[in-house]
Amino acid sequence: MAGYLFRRLLQAALILLGVSFITFVLLYVLPADPVRQIAGRSATQQTVENIRQQLGLDQPLLVQYGRFLAGLVQGDLGRSYLQRTEVSTLIASRLPASLLLMAGGILCELLIGLTLGVIAALYRGRPLDQGLMVTSFVAVSAPQFVVGLLLLYVFAVQLGWFPIGGYGTLAHLVLPAVTLGIMGSGWYSRMMRSSMIEVLRQDYIRTARAKGLTRGRILFRHALPNAILPVIAMIGIDIGIFMGGIVVVESVFGWPGIGQLAWQAIQRVDIPVIMGVTMVSAGFIVLGNLLADIVTPFIDPRIKMR
Amino acid sequence: MIAAPEVVAAPLLSVQGLTVSVRDRGVVRPLVQDLSFDLRPGETLAIAGESGSGKSITSLALMGLLPANVSVTSGQLLLDGTDLARLPEAAMRPLRGARIAMIFQEPMTSLNPVQTIGTQLTEAIRAHEPLGRAEARARAIEALRQVRISEPVRRMRQYPHELSGGMRQRVMIAMALALRPAVLIADEPTTALDVTVQREVLDLLRDLQAQTGTAVILITHDMGVVAETADRVVVMQAGRMVEEGPTTRIFAAPGAEYTRELLAAVPRLGTGAERNAPLPPEAPVPVARLSCTSVHYDIGANFLGRPTHRVHAALGVSFDIRPGETFGLVGESGCGKSTIAKALAGLVPHEGLIEIGGKPLSSLTAREHKDIRRDVQMVFQDPMAALDPRMKVGDAVEEPLVIHRIGTPAERRARAEDLFRRVGLTPDQMSRYPHEFSGGQRQRICIARALALRPKLIICDESVSALDVSVQAKVLALLQELKTGLGMSYLFISHDMAVVENVVDRLAVMYLGQIVEMGTRDQLFGNPQHPYTQRLLDAVPIPDPARRSRSYLRPTGEIPSPLRPIGESPPPAELIDTGGGHLVARYSD
Repeated sequence: MAGYLFRRLLQAALILLGVSFITFVLLYVLPADPVRQIAGRSATQQTVENIRQQLGLDQPLLVQYGRFLAGLVQGDLGRSYLQRTEVSTLIASRLPASLLLMAGGILCELLIGLTLGVIAALYRGRPLDQGLMVTSFVAVSAPQFVVGLLLLYVFAVQLGWFPIGGYGTLAHLVLPAVTLGIMGSGWYSRMMRSSMIEVLRQDYIRTARAKGLTRGRILFRHALPNAILPVIAMIGIDIGIFMGGIVVVESVFGWPGIGQLAWQAIQRVDIPVIMGVTMVSAGFIVLGNLLADIVTPFIDPRIKMR
Repeated sequence: MIAAPEVVAAPLLSVQGLTVSVRDRGVVRPLVQDLSFDLRPGETLAIAGESGSGKSITSLALMGLLPANVSVTSGQLLLDGTDLARLPEAAMRPLRGARIAMIFQEPMTSLNPVQTIGTQLTEAIRAHEPLGRAEARARAIEALRQVRISEPVRRMRQYPHELSGGMRQRVMIAMALALRPAVLIADEPTTALDVTVQREVLDLLRDLQAQTGTAVILITHDMGVVAETADRVVVMQAGRMVEEGPTTRIFAAPGAEYTRELLAAVPRLGTGAERNAPLPPEAPVPVARLSCTSVHYDIGANFLGRPTHRVHAALGVSFDIRPGETFGLVGESGCGKSTIAKALAGLVPHEGLIEIGGKPLSSLTAREHKDIRRDVQMVFQDPMAALDPRMKVGDAVEEPLVIHRIGTPAERRARAEDLFRRVGLTPDQMSRYPHEFSGGQRQRICIARALALRPKLIICDESVSALDVSVQAKVLALLQELKTGLGMSYLFISHDMAVVENVVDRLAVMYLGQIVEMGTRDQLFGNPQHPYTQRLLDAVPIPDPARRSRSYLRPTGEIPSPLRPIGESPPPAELIDTGGGHLVARYSD
């Protein structure tokens, strides 16, 4: 177990290094010039050069990257070009909101997706199943900003059940979390359905029935734990998809998380902030996958960590 | 057990005019028709038949576990006077597992992989009796003890994958008998097990039945198993009962034509020796030669990801196959016989020497390797899995010729047509797909495919094990006929000693990756020397109820693991010639 963790963490560090390098190179070759953004349109050539020197942007790519890495290992993500604050402070102030949104999103996604998937599997081939699968297809295909605006219009503007935007109470969380979760719930319901159908066909389900167990017990104690195994591995991968969704959803609902921070930073080519957000999200994705792999052996005794 | 009760007791279970039908796209088709039989208290009734005979559907109907599109369309299933066929699910559920229990064919998949043995056993008990956790646990341990599982308390905490197939089937039996049901249905309970384990499980079932008085319905295709265990037999074919009667009578004087055919097709130990053809002579260059061949797999991982353990799948195996001979390789699952086949076909890396037609495999270039594959072809166990479901069978047979760029398309076609005729099919079947054929026909197609390149050696890895006995006999006859006609050699791998005795010239017995005994068929079957060979032969069920009560040496537990720490290798078995080329490994009792 210790050896396994050690190797996986080493792998994780290598992945993060790769992510940082690729992102850094992409930002370097980008035609947008951060210095122009800072200096403004009226700045003289001299001012622009001064700022460029001051930020170290006149240095070759590898030197700049080396500096970034040196800062990174000391936990220093640099200063925002535009907000004049430490990137780590910026991210730390925004991260809790995003994590809350993400947790809410995952909860919605699992709750909706798994329930519908199980129901569809139990009513396989009947109208209810077909209806649910069409719904899930729509959920998967609908763009998040459309879903978000639709939910806002119906539940906030028309019905007034939830606030239109902002952050603070549980009521504020509901609509963004549902928006974030809907797309994934479509995936999960399809996955859970096929996984469940597969499991219900297994010999051990027949054994459970032959023992005279009740339907409920067969479903919850025998079928579900087996059917959910492939889904767990998905949750880890999902965090990556969520990071993309968060940018959209936070903008639609005015949610003060790192998604909005990233959006603003990208618009103004605020390289330290972009790098910081990228590294933090990549870290979460890697961690999510690792967690999924660590949890699986506890549910499936056949899998051993190596 | 053998003597049926003189006074006929009132039946415990009575099946009358049972018809079970499947509804498929609006068409109703019967699977079982007008089946009637009685089961008396304490007796063992075998329902025997080949695939498609409706024997398993009958058992599922009794349990009320028929698939959604299959239902009982007429007839009665009377248990204690209650008609199970008309019982609603809510009333049927309490009977299942308590009054009427069932064990299945596949012990590997019949237990839930993510729950402990203990959980699965106790829940079966608590589903029917109002017991506390501790009481149920005690009952479960007692049930495990009854099926003679070693260390029952520890087993409670283990998961199914930690147990061998034989132990899992014991767990299934423990689960089924824990509540002392009146009727136990055993659906092919030993088909998936090795022959020595089959013997243990059959003995166990017999002992437990004597203790508990449970009536048993034994569903099986194996007439040997029927002869050894059943008091009465119902023979079924294509959904109908063809004959019913006491086991001794059915075997001694079968009334129906089908029963006679079925019994004639059953391979029997001791009949092969009548065929006294001379052995093919030793040739200067054997078709294949293995000398001290070993295959191992590394598993596990230490801190740095390096393997920690090694499975010695085959260790120091040496034999040669002469031109025109059938060489048998026998042993139980995990003994390394399939590993040897794969090494011969160049599918797994090996150590030591393997020569095909005098050329060592390890020294070949990639091109020579491809060429040599023409000489060695394989026929596998499961013909459905071995054929691409989306490829027409004619194309499948032509494919080896295409790969090796042999002939023009027209010539290939002609060759494939010839092969189809040779294996007993017709060329007009070439444009069909695998699912349109029966199991036996599919295996014929696989044989045609193996023949396409005119190989010198065909490896038959359990090639007839999945087939019904009547089909098996025909495929074996075909293999024999092809060998005589084409002068090939076979490496015939099987777990079935009776089949092996009927087809091989020479054979080797493998145990834990090593050969423990090797010689001609007459030497091995006439005078088995190694205790393992003797045990294998003793365990084979004999399709003759008159020879049932043999004393049988109970084997000593589980086969040891072939897994060893890296750097440590099992002691090599030393083979000693006991005369006439009959090699036997040294052993200690």
